[in-house]
Amino acid sequence: MTTSVLFDAQGPRAKQRNILYTVFFVVAIAAVGWWVYTSLDEKHQLDWVKWEPFFTSSQPWVTYLWPGLQNTLKAAFFALLIALPLGALFGIGRLSDHRRVRVPSGVVVEFFRAIPVLILMITANAAYSEFTDIASDVRPLYAVVTGLVLYNASVLAEIVRAGIQSLPQGQTDAAKAIGMRKGQTMRYVLLPQSVTAMLPAIVSQIVVIVKDTALGGAVLTFPELLASVRPMSANYGANTIACFTIIALIFVVVNFAITSFASWLERRLRRAKKSTGATLGTGPGGGLDTIGTAPLVIEDGRAT
Amino acid sequence: MEAREIVFDFLEGYDLLGAFWVTVKLTVYSALGALIWGTLLAGMRVGPVPLMRGFGTAYVNIVRNIPLTVIIVFASLGLFQTLQVTLGGGDNFETVNFRLAVLSLALYTAAFVCEALRSGINTVPAGQAEAARALGLSFTQVLRLIILPQAFRSVVNPLANVLIALTKNTTVAAAIGVVEAAYLMKDMIEAEAQLILISAIFAFGFICLTLPTGLVLGWVSKKVAVKR
Repeated sequence: MTTSVLFDAQGPRAKQRNILYTVFFVVAIAAVGWWVYTSLDEKHQLDWVKWEPFFTSSQPWVTYLWPGLQNTLKAAFFALLIALPLGALFGIGRLSDHRRVRVPSGVVVEFFRAIPVLILMITANAAYSEFTDIASDVRPLYAVVTGLVLYNASVLAEIVRAGIQSLPQGQTDAAKAIGMRKGQTMRYVLLPQSVTAMLPAIVSQIVVIVKDTALGGAVLTFPELLASVRPMSANYGANTIACFTIIALIFVVVNFAITSFASWLERRLRRAKKSTGATLGTGPGGGLDTIGTAPLVIEDGRAT
Repeated sequence: MEAREIVFDFLEGYDLLGAFWVTVKLTVYSALGALIWGTLLAGMRVGPVPLMRGFGTAYVNIVRNIPLTVIIVFASLGLFQTLQVTLGGGDNFETVNFRLAVLSLALYTAAFVCEALRSGINTVPAGQAEAARALGLSFTQVLRLIILPQAFRSVVNPLANVLIALTKNTTVAAAIGVVEAAYLMKDMIEAEAQLILISAIFAFGFICLTLPTGLVLGWVSKKVAVKR
């Protein structure tokens, strides 16, 4: 029997009532499930022929799914690789003592956070075809990575900034007291400590990057996982539902692994005595970003 | 005057405001749907019925990890073209796609609303719920009268971020042919040789939508925050 501060330990009547609720809920779920089942069955989407290719042969996996997943991960990897240093640069830039560094960094970060990634990707794609001679078969990859970098670098900049700001003022004061310069304070005192605080937030930003690669498949002909639906359903007899189920499953598995890693990291770092103990939460928005004047959520030990 | 007409005459024939109006409509309808469904999910997740708790947790963890693009494209290819779900839109493709986009955006965003709300519920001191239970209030009464009103006030800022992300996410509807801002932009870029200007106009449009939302709701969140 679970207890919570929100409800009393259940007596016999409450238990009965909960069983009743459970029954109602099961009936409701079953009704929805039945509707889904019959409408799928009516369109012959549940026929074994449509699902069988995924289980009995390696062909769809080798020809469509694995290359698609590879492209998805490739774009995400490159985007992260470029966005991380850029984000660190702009995040530290926003904390600069010099107005001429702080203000432009802030403007750039706020600008790219306010614009949808898709707009950035479409613009990058068109710009590459107009102003550069990047071959048209890799252009979608470049465009997707560019869009992801511009957006995620500014999100990461905010994570870095919040991470550094989460450190106690005493750290800076102590560094000043022993005669460190500003650059030294940042490099030897602030950054090493704040990295532990921002790691979980960074890792969960990877989920956002992985998910956003799908935009490239839907709008820019980037051959990633989602884009493999059309050729697959054309090849295996219009098994749209089966294809989407498999693809959604792959995304869930990949992202769930990353999310679990992030929360494991968060728990572990919170336990570690070396750091200040504060971690930037992965945020209630989870995969969503923060914007404007709102600071990132800094959770203390008690939240969720 | 002359120069301005020459620079902007490529805008002729495009319904710029109309496209942004579709973006706004997508945002508002999906926000309402997501708020209702997300609150229900949060209620399930903190409630006393184990099955509902499990359902809420599973829903959030699955939906959060699927790209919105996959959900929206599935709504079009799977729900509409394969299963012929039209959501009462009949033969009108535009209406059907618009409704499917709203449905997908609402279902997706609800997971984030639920998580924001749940973290808000955690900020309400335990004494509040204990006092309410001591008065003999039932779980739904505790949630409805004591916990949620305080939780909502403390999560205005996170919810504002969800709303802003939703505004930007509406562009994904372009993938299934809803004529909103990103769709029109792609159209215009292909037809006109004014890449930088077109992109700047649409970027400006989105900044006009998202920045005031953040500022206004940031102000609201300070106004309504429960002082403790």
